Amino acid sequence: MTQAQLAQGNNPLLAVRDVSVVFGGIIALNGVSFDMRQGQILGLIGPNGAGKTTLFNCLSRLYQPSSGDILMEGQSILTRPPHRIAEIGIGRTFQNVALFPNLSVIDNVRVGAHSRTSSDIVSDSLRLAWVRRGESDMNEKVHGILGYLDLEDVAHTVVSGLPFGTQKRVELARALAADPKILLLDEPAGGLNHEEVYVLGDLIRKIRDDRHITVLLVEHHMGLVMSIADHVVALNFGRKLAEGTPAQVQADPDVIKAYLGSKDQ
Amino acid sequence: MSAAAEEVVTEAPAVEAVPKRAMTLGYGTSLVVLAALVIIPLLVKNFIIFQMTMLLIYGLAVLALNILTGGSGQFSLGQSAFYAVGAYTSAILMEHVGMNYALTLPIAGVICFGFGFLFGQPALRLSGVYLALATFALATAMPQLLKLGYFEHWTGGVQGLVVTKPDAPFGLPMSQDMWLYYFTLAITIAIYVASVNLLRSRSGRAFMAIRDNEIAASAMGVDVALYKTLAFGVSAGITGVAGGLGAIAVQFVAPDGYTIQLAISLFLGMVVGGVGWLPGSIVGSAFIIFVPNIAEGISKGLSGAVFGVLLFLVIFLVPHGARQVAIVAQQLAAKLKKN
Repeated sequence: MTQAQLAQGNNPLLAVRDVSVVFGGIIALNGVSFDMRQGQILGLIGPNGAGKTTLFNCLSRLYQPSSGDILMEGQSILTRPPHRIAEIGIGRTFQNVALFPNLSVIDNVRVGAHSRTSSDIVSDSLRLAWVRRGESDMNEKVHGILGYLDLEDVAHTVVSGLPFGTQKRVELARALAADPKILLLDEPAGGLNHEEVYVLGDLIRKIRDDRHITVLLVEHHMGLVMSIADHVVALNFGRKLAEGTPAQVQADPDVIKAYLGSKDQ
Repeated sequence: MSAAAEEVVTEAPAVEAVPKRAMTLGYGTSLVVLAALVIIPLLVKNFIIFQMTMLLIYGLAVLALNILTGGSGQFSLGQSAFYAVGAYTSAILMEHVGMNYALTLPIAGVICFGFGFLFGQPALRLSGVYLALATFALATAMPQLLKLGYFEHWTGGVQGLVVTKPDAPFGLPMSQDMWLYYFTLAITIAIYVASVNLLRSRSGRAFMAIRDNEIAASAMGVDVALYKTLAFGVSAGITGVAGGLGAIAVQFVAPDGYTIQLAISLFLGMVVGGVGWLPGSIVGSAFIIFVPNIAEGISKGLSGAVFGVLLFLVIFLVPHGARQVAIVAQQLAAKLKKN
């Protein structure tokens, strides 16, 4: 009840609270805080080494912050192991695409639905009625997603042979199969050409609009971030430099100096 | 050098790009193989029936390793240890407890599942070559553990145990060997079907996801530690059933029957059959049973060397094993159909 109210009201869907990460003597993140609201596309920008990936890895529970907290719908995610992040509605893609290369497209997407289904090895081996029912329900959903991302033609192709752009779409499909509330995208524009980047931008917006999924976009490609993000957080040297609308952040003198280069030069 | 690298790059997808059902055979082929397995024993001598029984038993053990390595991507050179535990479980239950041979098999399977699952826990910290070494240690330790004086009352120590061969039930007019063959065949088919089901299911996809990319699998909600140990458990369980059947077929268990040599043979069988291709298990099993005999037929004194050469040829010509042969055959058949 209270949780539902929290999500409904003006409370953030995801809150990053004063998060610091220290590796040995190096401070990779230093007291970073920001909120993500339902339905937002939040762009996280910053030069190399700014701490974007570190923060991303805290959200997907690969790193444990030294201090601070990360709240999803008001509850801390820091007590959860990495494999129990998908079930609370946090999905992700990887920087250089991390698919299961020897599996077909459809099997990759089916693995994406792992956290939304259940089974045990005995029932699976015997293909009991409830297992078959679960599989057919899941297949229906998976085919829906494949159709949505225009992947039906390659559904039974092994992913390692597909072009990079298609692999990125497969990764999105896999993430969507877990019914995420938040989608974390780690440099989705990396390795794409100019045209593909804008197709991707439209796709991300479409996913947000159609499926009401909140998106965290960690990105180098300023053009993409500025064109689709509603809200931008800029990091540098592990600290938050600026936060606001794309226009505000773009105009921020600190951001210009750290990231875009000085205007005078 | 760059040309060689290019060749590898272009070659790999040709082998990998198997359409769905890559793990199994088509319907027609399965029926032909099944018919052959049912009919052949009616036409041959008892000794050959016995060899076919062993073919199925080792086939099961190779299949078990295939689920572990081909499915979840974990190596094991310790399968002989699980096989030994299964064999001794059946033998002890039959000879000391007086239990029916058929009932001892599920017990051997469950005990080995537990053993494999527990062994999988420390093995979680290891991968690749290090895991292979840890399992190797298990395989080298097992024969000595079985000889320990402490267990001698049960295991028979160095002498081992003699197991009584079962007669055909219900007064069926068959020899003991033939009955045992059909009994083994029924169990093999059941386990094969269950394994295919498992690998095509949510659990099987979790295994393969872990094999391909652990971090991504974990991000999708797959409990990597759980599924890795489950894969060890399943593999050990099936190997245990194979071991139990082996004890009944050979009518004897002794520590020196389950040395590292057996584990390496099973590993060989998996590679020759094609890693990750379940039907290849029976081909691999045939290789490890018959090729040493063929080698001996060619040269008694140099049988080991001949075996080595034959093995080298197989690995060199068809690095993906029987699976590769099957794919080439399929492509040829498709071409012939077109013409």
